[in-house]
Amino acid sequence: MRHSRNYMIAIHVAAVVMAVVILLPFAWLIISSVSPATDLVSSHVHWWPAHPTMSRYNAIFASSSGGGENVAANFRLAMINSLIVAGVTTAISLVVGGLGGYAFARLRFRLRRTSLFAFLAVYMLPPIALVIPLYLALANLHLLDSKTGLILTYCSIVTPFCLWTMSNYYLSLPADLEDAARVDGCSRLGALVRIILPLARPGLLTTGMFGFLLAWDEFLYALIFTSTSNAKTIPVAIAEFTGKYSSDFGLIAAGGVLATVPPLVLALIFQRYIVGGLTSGAVKG
Amino acid sequence: MSVARAETKPARTPRRRGRSGGKGEARFAFLLLLPAALVVFGVVLYPVTRTFVISLFNVDSPLPGSYPFVGLDNYTRVFHDPSFYGVLGNTLYFTLVSTGAELVLGIAVALLLNAPLRARWFWRSLVVLPWALPTIVNGALWRWIYNGQYGALNGLLAALHISSTPQQWLGSPFLALNMVIIADVWKNTSIVVFFILAGLQTISPDLYESARIDGANAWAAFRRLTLPLLAPSIAVVLVLRTIEAFKVFDIIYVMTGGGPASGTQTVAFYTYLQAFSNQLFGYGAALAYLIVLTVFALAMVYLRILRQGQMAGVE
Repeated sequence: MRHSRNYMIAIHVAAVVMAVVILLPFAWLIISSVSPATDLVSSHVHWWPAHPTMSRYNAIFASSSGGGENVAANFRLAMINSLIVAGVTTAISLVVGGLGGYAFARLRFRLRRTSLFAFLAVYMLPPIALVIPLYLALANLHLLDSKTGLILTYCSIVTPFCLWTMSNYYLSLPADLEDAARVDGCSRLGALVRIILPLARPGLLTTGMFGFLLAWDEFLYALIFTSTSNAKTIPVAIAEFTGKYSSDFGLIAAGGVLATVPPLVLALIFQRYIVGGLTSGAVKG
Repeated sequence: MSVARAETKPARTPRRRGRSGGKGEARFAFLLLLPAALVVFGVVLYPVTRTFVISLFNVDSPLPGSYPFVGLDNYTRVFHDPSFYGVLGNTLYFTLVSTGAELVLGIAVALLLNAPLRARWFWRSLVVLPWALPTIVNGALWRWIYNGQYGALNGLLAALHISSTPQQWLGSPFLALNMVIIADVWKNTSIVVFFILAGLQTISPDLYESARIDGANAWAAFRRLTLPLLAPSIAVVLVLRTIEAFKVFDIIYVMTGGGPASGTQTVAFYTYLQAFSNQLFGYGAALAYLIVLTVFALAMVYLRILRQGQMAGVE
C-alpha cells in the first residue's frame, strides 16, 4: 500500500510525541540520580546538573557497613536479597511447573480440569487474602524476615503461572515426536526429558523471565514478612525510604535505576515473546 | 489461544488408552504434578482456610487466644461501614478511569505501532520500557515528579509559562486520586498495547484494501472493521486490567499512603489498614474474602470470553 506524504509525517510526529511521553519520566529518574542534593532541593528545578555526581552509585556499591541507618548499603543488600529470592523462586517454579505443565498438556487423568482450575485460582488470589495467617504461620516456623520464607511464599504464586504457560507451550509442540520416541523404546519420563524439554527451551526461558519479573515486583508479602536487611527486597527498601520526607531523592532514584536494570534487560531480550507470554499465561498484567 | 484449547481438547488421543492403559498415564500425571501441588497448596491451603475462619471471629489482636464467634457479622458489618462506601467509590473510580484511559491510549498507540513507521522495532521497544519499570519505582518516581516544592511537574509548568503557582499535586483527595491514576496509566498502558497489537497483526491488509475500494474513509474503516475484529482482544485486556485495578495496593502505598483524608484509599489498601494498623483481623479477613469473590467473578468472565475461542491474534 502507498501512503501519502502527509500521513507519513503525521505518524512519525505522533511516534515522537509518544517517545517523549515515555522517556521523560525515565530521563528524570536518571538525571535525579546523578544530581547533587543541592540541585534537587533548590528553589527552581535544575533540568541538568552542572556537576553530575556518581556518589550515590558509589555509596550503594562500595559502602562497607550493612544494616543500621546506612541507606545506601541497605539498598545494596536489598538488591542482593531480591536477586537471590527472585532467582531461586524462578528456578524452583520452573522445574516443578515445567513438569506439572506437561501432565496438563499431554496426559489424561481424572480431575484434570478441576486441578488445573485449582492452580489458576491460587494464582489469582490477591495476596491481601492470605497475608494475615501466612504471617502467623511463618512466625511459628521462625521464617519471618528470612529469604527462605519469601521464597516459599513466592513459589506458590510463580509456580501456577509457570504451570499454565508451560502447559500451553507444550500444546504448541507436535505430539508425534513423543510417539516416535516411545516407539523407539523411550520411557515416558525419558521422552519428556530427552525430547520434549530440549524442544521447549524457548518456552522455558520466556516463562522464566516472566516468573522472575513477578517475584522481582512483588511487594505486599515482602513488606509484611521482612523487617531487616536480612531479607528486605528492593521494592520494600525503596518504598520505605520514599516515605521519609527528609530523604534524599537522588539516592532513591539511584536505587530505582538499579532496581530497574534486571527487569529491563530481561524485557528487552525477550521482547518479541512478551505478547505471547502475557496472553497465554496471564490472568495477571 | 490456548486457554480454550487447554480445556476443550482433552489431553490426547483415546488410542493410547488401549495400549498402556489409563492407569499408568494417571500415575505418571500424578507424579509430575506432585511437586507443583506440594509447592503451591502446601503454602496456600492453610492460609486460605484460616483467613475464612478468622473472618467468622472477632479477632482483634495478632496474639493467639479465644475470640468470640460472630458468624457472618464481619461481612454484614462491611456494608454498614460508612467509610467502606467511600473506599469502594475510590476503587470504582480508579478502576473505571484508569482502565478506560489505558484502553483508549493503548488502542491509539497500538494503531500507531502497526502503521508503516520507519524503524518500527525501535518504537515498539520503547513501549516495553514502562512495563519493565518496577511498580514501586514507578510510584516513587511519580511522587517525586509531583512534589509540591521541588517537583518536575511544577517546574515544567513554570518553564512553559502555563502556571507559576506551585501546586500540591498529592495534597487534596480528589486531585491526588487522579494524579495516582496518571502514574498508573503511564506504566500499564503498555500491557494494553501488547494485547491490541497482537490482535491487529492478525487482521489482513486486504480487508482494508477492499474497504478502501468500497469508498470507506479511515474512520469508517476503523469503526466498521478494526474495532469489531479487535473486540475479543479488547474484552480480554479489559477484564485483566479491571482485576488488577481492583486489587491495586502497591502504587497507593508508595505514592500517598491512602491519603490525604483517605481520598486515595482503595478496597485492598483499606483492608490492609484495618488488619495491620487497627488490628481488626476478623474484619480485615472478611474484606479480603469479598475482594476474592469479586476477583473470581471477574475471572469467570475472563475464562468465558477465552472459551469462546476467538481471541484475535493470540495464539
